Amino acid sequence: MTNIEKYNEAFIESFGVTAEQLPSLAYQEIPEWDSVGHMQLIAALEDAFDIMFDTDDIIDFNSYEKGKEFMAKYEVEL
Amino acid sequence: MAFWNTLERFGERTALITETGEHIAYNALLAQADEIAGAVGRRCLVFLMCRNCVDAAAGYVGFLRRGIVPVLLAENLDTSMLEGLLESYRPAYFYLPSEKASELSGAMVWRSESYTLLHLPYEQDYKLSDELALLLTTSGSTGSPKLVRQSLQNIEANTQAIVEYLDILPEDRAITTLPMQYTYGLSILHSHLYAGAAVILTDKTLMEKSFWVLLEEQKATTFGGVPYIYEILKKLRFNRMDFPSLRYLTQAGGKLPKERAEEFIQICKEKNMKFIVMYGQTEATARMAYLPWEYAESKAASIGIAIPGGEFWLADGEGNPILEPEVTGELIYRGPNVTLGYAENRFDLCRPDENHGELHTGDMAKRDADGFYYIVGRKKRFLKLFGSRVNLDEVEGLLNKAGIPCACTGVDDRLDIYITDESKMEYTARFIKEHTAINPNGFHLHLIKEIPRSDSGKVLYSALGVQS
Repeated sequence: MTNIEKYNEAFIESFGVTAEQLPSLAYQEIPEWDSVGHMQLIAALEDAFDIMFDTDDIIDFNSYEKGKEFMAKYEVEL
Repeated sequence: MAFWNTLERFGERTALITETGEHIAYNALLAQADEIAGAVGRRCLVFLMCRNCVDAAAGYVGFLRRGIVPVLLAENLDTSMLEGLLESYRPAYFYLPSEKASELSGAMVWRSESYTLLHLPYEQDYKLSDELALLLTTSGSTGSPKLVRQSLQNIEANTQAIVEYLDILPEDRAITTLPMQYTYGLSILHSHLYAGAAVILTDKTLMEKSFWVLLEEQKATTFGGVPYIYEILKKLRFNRMDFPSLRYLTQAGGKLPKERAEEFIQICKEKNMKFIVMYGQTEATARMAYLPWEYAESKAASIGIAIPGGEFWLADGEGNPILEPEVTGELIYRGPNVTLGYAENRFDLCRPDENHGELHTGDMAKRDADGFYYIVGRKKRFLKLFGSRVNLDEVEGLLNKAGIPCACTGVDDRLDIYITDESKMEYTARFIKEHTAINPNGFHLHLIKEIPRSDSGKVLYSALGVQS
């Protein structure tokens, strides 16, 4: 699986969404992406890429698109 | 007289702080509160849809001050559940976020930028008992019409006890992490107003940067958390975050696993903060027990001792008191904060006090030789999903009614739903998401061949996990 596929899969698995929904996905825009869902998403991404997010990045990770920017910081090329 | 009728004495002190950092003085809060209540003008039943904002808090305080009885409701309440509640209770007024008011028929009698007060066209064919002050839902996520009836004396007594054992000071500032209709969240608002302290009102979650910025800028001294909030704090590595204004944290709304409790006791100790574990129920207004900080380490995983003015005892199978330590029985509480009883519809609102100061908690507990209590299980079929109570029989009932035969079980923060019809898996998930307020991250669907039953037809819940 490529990195972008792994990145997408974390959202799809955590929130039960379709690939078409991903680009517009943002925190609290769907019921599944609440603070509980956010924990699951962060855990899924950390597992998939074997990284550990900084606190500041966890609380600033508020959309599918914005999250991509953070991944680069952890040396994950999407 | 209740504390909300004497808040004038705090004058120009700050009562509320908004997300944008605006400070609302007690005088300004009361002026708005009394204006909203004045638009109602008489003792009656009002629905209040809650948000952690000044307009919601002002309406709430105003209603209490004028003897108007509010029913506090969650903002995400599904339309059909709301219609059911309206039909059951026929409130005279509805105070709610303005953008939601257009969906209802009623005459607008007051409005601010964010909230609207509607006069509803129902005939008032019911009465309110003299003691009744407030109504809270028991399990809001399934839209159950079962409400807890709280009196002025209940709220006053419980608030006074909380201020005393937490030692809430006029300089304190609590930041909201829980909704106002939830008894734990509400008790934080009550106790800070009682003490002349301030509440920072926000609906932001701990997973948002703006929450932490607000906490830091407005120098919050405390916040409360249900167990999953402590899971979030762990994920955020709270141990490495630095907020010198925080004086103490509280925990309630379900049992924190022992190792998590011990972890936060250590973290708070290192930060020179206190960590206070508490125990309560809506049926006891809010709080029944707390673990004093000096015993946090030696009695970790205990709910502590009864709050000032209350007492516990344990009942054996026959209802007799258990005197020996380390024996499990049902936890029974006595105190002035034990509420009047339940209401199932508007005609129950005139009922007298049915509990007489004694509450059978439905929790199984034991007491150690030093008199500290430990929750070990539950007598009733319910669980907590991220702090909110979910009645398993009610969920089964709802799904059965929707044509989905099922059996529900689970543990805190995990509801397991077992169904037998594969073609209904998707429909079930959609039904729960669309027609209940059950957190979509909190339930798990399982397909099984048949629901295990005993010879007498009772569901064998213990056999459920085994099959899947």
